[in-house]
Amino acid sequence: MSGFGAALPPADGKPKLPGSLHANRRLSQWLGFSADGRVTIAPGKVELGQGILTTLSQIAADELDVDFARIEVTPAATPDSPDEAVTSGSLSTQDSGGALRHACAAARAIFIEVVAQRTGIPPERIAIVDGTFIGPAGAIGSYWELADQALLETEARPDVQPKAAAARRIAGTSVPRIDLPDKVFGAARFVHDLRLPGMLHARVVRPPARQARLLALRDGALPAGARAVRDGSFLVALAPTEWAAEAAALQLAGWAEWSAEDTLPEAGDLTAWLREAAGRGERSEVIRRGEVVPAAASLRRSFHRPYIAHASVAPSCAVACWQGDTVEVWSHSQGPYNLRADIAKALKTAPDKVLVRHREGAGCYGHNGADDVALDAVLAARAVPGTPVRVLWSRAEELGWSPFSSAMLVDIEATTDAGGRLVGWRSHIVSNGHSSRPGRDPVPTLLAAGMLAEPFPVKPSINPPLAAGGGAPRNGVPLYTIPHLEIDTTRLLEMPIRTSALRGLGATLNVWSIEAMMDELAAAARVDPLDYRLQHLDDARAVAVLQRVAVMCGWRERQKRDGWGLGLGFARYKNTGGYAAVAAEIEARERVFCRRLWIAGDVGEVVNPDGVANQYEGGAIHGTSVALLERVAFDRRRVTSDSWETYPILRFSDVPKVAVELIDRPELPFLGAGEASMAPTIAAIGAAITDALGIRPRALPFTPEQLASAT
Amino acid sequence: MLSLSLNGRPVTLDVPASVSLLQALRGPGGLSGPRFGCGNEQCGSCMVLVDGLPRHACTLPVEAVAGRAVTTVEGLGTPDAPHPLQAAFLAEQAGQCGYCLSGILVSAAALLRRDPDPDEAAIRAALEPHLCRCGSHNRIIRAVQRAAQEARA
Repeated sequence: MSGFGAALPPADGKPKLPGSLHANRRLSQWLGFSADGRVTIAPGKVELGQGILTTLSQIAADELDVDFARIEVTPAATPDSPDEAVTSGSLSTQDSGGALRHACAAARAIFIEVVAQRTGIPPERIAIVDGTFIGPAGAIGSYWELADQALLETEARPDVQPKAAAARRIAGTSVPRIDLPDKVFGAARFVHDLRLPGMLHARVVRPPARQARLLALRDGALPAGARAVRDGSFLVALAPTEWAAEAAALQLAGWAEWSAEDTLPEAGDLTAWLREAAGRGERSEVIRRGEVVPAAASLRRSFHRPYIAHASVAPSCAVACWQGDTVEVWSHSQGPYNLRADIAKALKTAPDKVLVRHREGAGCYGHNGADDVALDAVLAARAVPGTPVRVLWSRAEELGWSPFSSAMLVDIEATTDAGGRLVGWRSHIVSNGHSSRPGRDPVPTLLAAGMLAEPFPVKPSINPPLAAGGGAPRNGVPLYTIPHLEIDTTRLLEMPIRTSALRGLGATLNVWSIEAMMDELAAAARVDPLDYRLQHLDDARAVAVLQRVAVMCGWRERQKRDGWGLGLGFARYKNTGGYAAVAAEIEARERVFCRRLWIAGDVGEVVNPDGVANQYEGGAIHGTSVALLERVAFDRRRVTSDSWETYPILRFSDVPKVAVELIDRPELPFLGAGEASMAPTIAAIGAAITDALGIRPRALPFTPEQLASAT
Repeated sequence: MLSLSLNGRPVTLDVPASVSLLQALRGPGGLSGPRFGCGNEQCGSCMVLVDGLPRHACTLPVEAVAGRAVTTVEGLGTPDAPHPLQAAFLAEQAGQCGYCLSGILVSAAALLRRDPDPDEAAIRAALEPHLCRCGSHNRIIRAVQRAAQEARA
C-alpha cells in the first residue's frame, strides 16, 4: 500500500488518458465480454486484503451498465495484464479505477456504435440494461451476443465521457467483498494454498548474522528424498513434504559454517547513530517557501522512531517452476512486472523468460518479504527443472529478514509571533531511504541477490520523488499555513538494516512530530489545540474533517478525568491524498491503553463506503499498535525481534473501539484510503498521553520505559 | 497410518506420528483452512477444534489426535450451508485479508457452544490467542455478537 505507485505519468506526448490507461492504452488489456454473459476485467493492481478487486468491479459494472455479479476479475500476471507498476501509495482506485472507468466507458461507446450502425437507431436512443441494448422498440442485442474481442483491440479514445456522478448506481454503494466468502470457508485462495502436481517443499537456511557468508557446508545424509541447493551463501533444503524440508533445513543449518561479523549499530543509542550517519549522508532540500519573518518566540524539538516491521500475519510464500530457460512464479508481490524485472536481473536473463502470476497473500502493508521469497523459490526450483517448488518462510524469517521501515529522526524549530501564531518552520528529517522495491534499479534488490556466489551489491534504499509524495519527508511539510518554510532531509548512504516502504513511509513520524509541535505551540499560546489548528488551515476539506471529528468525540464538552486523556491528530496523506482527522482517548495505567478512536475522513469520491471505513479503521488500529508497542530489536549481528513474543502487536484485548465517518464528495476525484488514518492516529495517541499525564513524548513507541524519560 | 474423524468423516492419514497436525491437515489431509502463521502457538492462524476444544494445530503432533474428532473451518459450514458465524462474518464484512479468519472462526464456534450469550469481554478473551494485523477486530467482535443473537432468536 505504500511506495511510488504510478503517480508520475510518462512524458510520452500521447493524449492524456486517466490513471494506468495512459501507459496501457489497448482496451482488450483491461476487459473482455464472453458469450455466456460474463464480463472479465484484468487490472494490473492486486488484492492485498484492501478490497481493491471489489472496488474495481463496482466501477466496471457501473460504467458498462451490467449487474455486479457478471464481473469476474483475472488476477494480474505478466506478460498480459496492464503494467500498473506497484499496488501501493493508496493509488489503486486512482490509477486502476480511473483507467477502468474510462476503458469501460470507451468499450461501451464502441459497442453502442456498432449496434447503432447495424440497426439504424441513433446511439443516443440506445440504453443498456444489464448488458442488453434497448432501442425504442425493445432489445436490440447485448454485449454477450456481440462478444467480439476484436472490437476491443483498439486504443482507448481520450474523448469518451464516463457517467456523471449522479448516474452511478453501483459505485458509491457498500457492495460486499468478492474475495471474503473464500476466506470464511477456508477455500484455497492464498498462494500458500497452491498445490501443483509433484510439487516439492523448500525451506531456506538463514545465516546467523547480517552480511554473513557461507564458508563451508559439511557433507551428510539428509532425509530420504531431500536435497540441498546452494548458490554462494543462499542455501535451501528441498524435500517432498513440508516436514522433511524442515528437518533437512535444520540438519543443513548444523553443517553450515558461516563468517559472521558485527555490522549493526548499537541498538541502545539509535538516535546517536542516526545523527552520526547523517553526517556522511546525502542532504537535500524538501521545500523553501517564503521569507524569514521576525519572531517573538521559538520552539525546538526532536522526535524519533525506531525501525518497524510489516509483521504480516502470514509468512511470505512463493511457488516456482522451470521449463527450459523459462521460469513461472506464483507470488503475492505488489508489483508483478517489477518483480519480473528483478528476477530476470538476478538470473541474468531476459524479462520475457520470467512469468509472474499474482496469488493473494496475507495482509500487505508495503514492501515485505513477498518479492524476496519469489526469488528464493526461483533459485530453489532451478535445481529441479519441470518440478514446482514451494518456499514458505518461517515466522523468524518474516520478522527478521523482511525489509523494515527505517528508524528516523526529525529536528524541528518553529517560530511564532507575539500572538503565538506560527511564522516559521525549519526542520531536518534524517532516515534511510523508504524504498528498495524491485524493478527500479539496474541492480536487483531482492534479498537472495546479495547472497549468490556472484553477489549483487546491496545499495542503500532510495526515496520516492517528492512529486509522488516523497519517502522520508512524506508529510514532512505541514499543511498548516506558515509564512516561512525551510525543510531538508538527509538520506543515509549506509544501510546496516535493509529498509523499504511500509504504510505511510516517513509520515508515521512526520505527522506525529508536526502535530505534537502544534499541541505544544497551542499550549504556549493558551489556545485550544483544535482552534489552534483551525487558525492555521486554509483548506476547507481539512477544516471539515477536524470539525467533524470534534463533534464525534465531543471535543468541546470534554471533561478532565484522572488518568484519561483525549488528543487530536490530523493529516492529509502526502498532502495530496485522503484526509483524516482522528481523536484518541487513552487510559494511562501501568502502561497506556488506547480505548477509543473517532475518525473523520475524506477521500473524494467513495466507491465503496464500507470498504473505505474498513481501511480507515484498519489503518488506525495498525497505528495504535505502532504507537504503543512496536520496535524492531537487534544486537550487533542480527534482528532479534523475530517472534510474536519479541515483536508484539496489538491483540484483541487492547484494540480500541473505532468510529469512522466519511465526508463523501462524489464529484471529486478518488484520493485513496489505505494509508490516510495511520499517522494521524499515532499523533492523536501522543496528544492524549500529554493530556492524561502532562508529559510530552518525543520517541516512539509510547512504552512505559520511553515515557519515563519524557518531560 | 493414523485414523481420526476429520470434519465428521473418518479419515486415515499416511504421515509420521511426530508431524504436526497442521502439516498433516494441509498435506495429506488436503485442507487449506488451517493456516500456518508462526508455528509457535502465538498467532492462532492454525486453530482447529479437537473434540470441540480449540487447539493450536501447529505444535500438536498428529498422533495426539488419533481416534479423536478434529473440526476445521471447512467443517463448520459451506457456502450452501454456512455456520451462523460464517454467515455473520459475511454480513458484517468482518475481515480484510482474511488469513486469520479460519482460526478465529473455530475459536468463536467453541466459545458459542460453551457460552451462547457471551459479552464483549468474553469474546475478546476467547479471541485473545488470535492475531489480526489488518485491524478487523471490531468487525469480528460484532460478527460474533450477531451470530450469537441470531442463534438465540
